Amino acid sequence: MLMPSTGPRTRAVRVRRQLPTSPWLFAAPGLLVIGAFILYPFVSTLVNAFTDRRTLIPGEFVGLANFRELLHDDMFWIGLRNSALYVLGVVPALVILPLLLALLVQKNIPGITFFRSAFYTPVVASIVVVGLIWVWLLDERGLVNSLLETIGVGRVGFLSDQWLLLMSAMAVTVWKGLGYYMIIYLAALANVPRELHEAAAVDGAGAVRRFVTVTVPAVRSTMALVGALSSVAAFKVFSEVYLMAGPSGGPAGEDTTLVMLVQRTGTGLTGRVGYASAISVVVFVVTVALMLLVLRADRRGES
Amino acid sequence: MTRVRRGELVLRYVLLIAVLALTVGPFLWQLSTSLKGPTEDIYSSPPTFLPQHPTLHNYERVSETIPVWDYAFNSLKVATANVVTNCVGAALAGYALARLRYRGRRVATLAFILAMLVPVEGIIIAQFTTMRELGLNNTLIGVVLPGCIGAMNVLLMRNAFLNLPYEIEEAAYVDGANVWQRFLRIAVPSVRGTLAVVAIFAFMGAWDDFLWPLIVLSDPSKFTLTIGLNYLHGTFANDERLVAAGTVIAVAPLIALFACLQRYFFRGVGEGAVKG
Repeated sequence: MLMPSTGPRTRAVRVRRQLPTSPWLFAAPGLLVIGAFILYPFVSTLVNAFTDRRTLIPGEFVGLANFRELLHDDMFWIGLRNSALYVLGVVPALVILPLLLALLVQKNIPGITFFRSAFYTPVVASIVVVGLIWVWLLDERGLVNSLLETIGVGRVGFLSDQWLLLMSAMAVTVWKGLGYYMIIYLAALANVPRELHEAAAVDGAGAVRRFVTVTVPAVRSTMALVGALSSVAAFKVFSEVYLMAGPSGGPAGEDTTLVMLVQRTGTGLTGRVGYASAISVVVFVVTVALMLLVLRADRRGES
Repeated sequence: MTRVRRGELVLRYVLLIAVLALTVGPFLWQLSTSLKGPTEDIYSSPPTFLPQHPTLHNYERVSETIPVWDYAFNSLKVATANVVTNCVGAALAGYALARLRYRGRRVATLAFILAMLVPVEGIIIAQFTTMRELGLNNTLIGVVLPGCIGAMNVLLMRNAFLNLPYEIEEAAYVDGANVWQRFLRIAVPSVRGTLAVVAIFAFMGAWDDFLWPLIVLSDPSKFTLTIGLNYLHGTFANDERLVAAGTVIAVAPLIALFACLQRYFFRGVGEGAVKG
């Protein structure tokens, strides 16, 4: 019987013919997308920051004019202040609370998978849904105020006072993020040897003591990771504040965050693309700095 | 096995139920509000948790106020497209980065890592002007394009392919299977788990996204659900029952998806956070 001759030589030819082209064919769609819609916009943001480009006008090179203007722009300082406050308010809560929650759901007791899943539900919901749920809950006549009135505290203007509004938005961010970081901590806790806990328990260490001396040191690199992730996300906050304070950022715009300012300044037919890009550059610089800061603090703590 | 003492067990359940009320309660309150009829007082103090005469009236009214089903359909289109492009694009690129030998592979890997690190919120204005130049502003394609092959997904797929034993593919190579056959018949079926994670997070990301569609879509007939809800909230803010019905429509599909496929959600968090 005659077999079709696919000897080693023809195969080698075929393989060689594919090699130069097909790897690039495989990678091309991905490279094209990130090139055109991530890397190119990134570079063009850096370039635009030094121009007076507008949505409909190409604009010209203006040197550092945008950055000089930023220094005297009250709205920019308000945005920077609020975004920075957001980091300070949200990050400690998102580093610690999910860890406690993970400890609570770690032990396999009946029904625990239900609780784990339920605690994750806010992560799955869109931030718009979450924002609107809380706008209604914290409304002047909403559920929280009804409850506060019932127990005799009286009604609180969560969404009308500038600072209460910012804090409410922070609480919503924490509420939505809890389940996400809980899962990260659960993975880390699974790697903590049980013997450590048992040894500490035998030595008579109470729950709090064991938490501080065993759990925290064992998950500290995860805490640093959560700190880095949550601080970067917190600094770039947009949706929560936008939904709760409104597009103009609450009373007299006092609750505007930096990304809200980017969105407001740079979009629309009269958008100041150059100026918005300069604000974006500030966002880049601060995010990178935050990430390095947290990760360095972790390394120093280890050595 | 460590045995849990009785008192500790009770304390644990008390805490679990308290957190449960805090995390799931708000969704139930929203559901309850959406089912309350126009004559029922939704502002009462003390509050009434259950609707006295449950009705679907608000769901009818919300679809008369905004084309909520069209918006849901737009969201579905965007999310489905995002799943397909991310799965196909990330599997292809991830395979190229993990398995294929070619010059420039390190540069390509670096490009994806850099792209993953770029904060999207910082480049939205430039993405917006890019879309304008392409004439894709105010289209659903414009909504999908920037995230249609996420750099993080590519790197996730790369890691998944790297973790496969190379010997099987080598054997197939010796048997004369070409690169497409090895990719489709051997490599992809072995990384289905990671592919499922990519698919689920692509769906959720697109369905839930707010900032980018808010910027790129201006014509109310093209809105996705999240933008439509924001519009509903801005225009008809006084009718909480309507907004509640709208949010329930937006969140129900995802909660159902999550209930069915939770282990992939949890896996995605682990892989995305640790390896990404």
